[in-house]
Amino acid sequence: MSKLCSLAEAISRYVHDGDLVYLAGFTHLIPFAAGHEIIRQGRKDLVLARATPDLIYDQMAAAGCARKIIFSYMGNPGVGSLKVLRRLLEAGRLEWEEYSHFGMITRLQAGASGLPFLPMNPTAATDLEQANPLYRRVTDPYSGREVIVVPPLQPDVAVIHVQRADARGNAHIWGIIGEQKEAAFAARRVIITAEEIVSEEVIRSDPNRTLIPEFIVDAVCHVPYCAHPSYTQGYYDRDNAFYLQWDEISETESAVQAYLNEWIFGVPDRNAYWEKLGAETHARLHVAPRLSHPVNYGAY
Amino acid sequence: MTELWTASELMTINAARLLRDGDVVFVGVGLPNLACNLARRTHAPNLYMIYEAGVIGARPNRLPLSIGDPTLVSGAAAVCSMYDIFTLYLQRGNVDVGFLGGAQIDRYGNINATVIGEYTHPRVRLPGSGGSMEIAAWANRCYIITPHQKRRFPERVDFCTSAGFLSGKGERQAAGVRGSGPQAVVTNLGILEPDENGELILTALHPGATLADARENTGWPLRTAAELKETVPPSAEELRILREELDPQGIYLK
Repeated sequence: MSKLCSLAEAISRYVHDGDLVYLAGFTHLIPFAAGHEIIRQGRKDLVLARATPDLIYDQMAAAGCARKIIFSYMGNPGVGSLKVLRRLLEAGRLEWEEYSHFGMITRLQAGASGLPFLPMNPTAATDLEQANPLYRRVTDPYSGREVIVVPPLQPDVAVIHVQRADARGNAHIWGIIGEQKEAAFAARRVIITAEEIVSEEVIRSDPNRTLIPEFIVDAVCHVPYCAHPSYTQGYYDRDNAFYLQWDEISETESAVQAYLNEWIFGVPDRNAYWEKLGAETHARLHVAPRLSHPVNYGAY
Repeated sequence: MTELWTASELMTINAARLLRDGDVVFVGVGLPNLACNLARRTHAPNLYMIYEAGVIGARPNRLPLSIGDPTLVSGAAAVCSMYDIFTLYLQRGNVDVGFLGGAQIDRYGNINATVIGEYTHPRVRLPGSGGSMEIAAWANRCYIITPHQKRRFPERVDFCTSAGFLSGKGERQAAGVRGSGPQAVVTNLGILEPDENGELILTALHPGATLADARENTGWPLRTAAELKETVPPSAEELRILREELDPQGIYLK
């Protein structure tokens, strides 16, 4: 059964006010187009979870979509701080729940595995544990020593951007695979956005590359360049210049609102956004091919 | 000081010299990345670089500008999930060296990357732990590269994001973490190392830096090693590799 639909339809159907949302991707494959569509549709009171909120949650928080943020590194990667989120937190205008990367990712792993909690070895740094009551300690029944535990994180909806998927939702991902698989299995609803929609035959030609199987997927959207200003390995480069530019834009509330008006509310969809970026940016982000050697699965 | 090299070059070169051939290093972007690549091109050709984004044995063709730069992936030995990098590689004990940084480093090498002021009402909200809480605990050795400024070196951190020696080596040992903690802090003035109780003391000064400079820029009464050394000045070859091969545009080394 085909689950193909437009991104606007998928967001309208599967992302609701108040939802716990996980837009996956560690630096790579961040589904910016989905975040922008959520902003355009005016979703409110969302709990936004990501290990690295990145520019996408800075923008969604600025647009008033968020009630709370769950994170483990709130920086603009390679640049500095996420100034919108930082201002909101310093002013006490946004709830937050904080982990280390490992704590955050362990919550997703527990959520994806259907476990009540997962243990981690102690780190001796107990301040965050004291600040966040969801970090707990239990006694290891085998050694008698204490371990740190965190509960499962099960988002209402996860959006996962991938290089290619078939119409049913079987998805191939390569490059940095971060927490995409865990987010998809942990979430109640899954939206796949893909650079390319391919035939089932392409997927089945390389089953080891399928991180997400069709039966946990609710919607499949064909959204080329979905990840800009982050990137899709092998398709286009990370727009490091924009990450630097956001550092300036996010300096003032008015510049942020002007950005949202021009680049999110001012365009109907990702195609229009990509066209608006222009030929110079397209050329700058172009990447030359570097193919892997084919593998032989054997004709059994 | 001298104008023959910048403070960033000086810190990077001294950090690179701390790495041993064959070390498996958990790397961040910026100066630690440059230090690792410099070590790999000089005395440690078999250095193995692991990035927290899940890239193992990276051999970047260009200077990576973020922790998840695609250049880290192309040509790498392996790629894995975040859960795998933190469990199979770090928690399991497969990482020799971790690099750490933060807004504050205190007398016992504890690091604050979370907040200045009170946690629930932060005066300055910093990015937070990322991978550093676990790197500080589980890497066999940790190194810190940071400019030497009084506000960065308080007696006690406002928030302990990553554990150094807590309030002394015994307390870290009692906590039962596998790594041996911070082994050196490389600054623009010299090198601090933990004494037998885990207190950071000045063990070396860079050429041109004085003990008075170091004391003035440290927030606790800085003690010195019995024999205070002077670091070997950056060599022409080290500077050439940094400037011509690794960061020709001076993105991190300005």
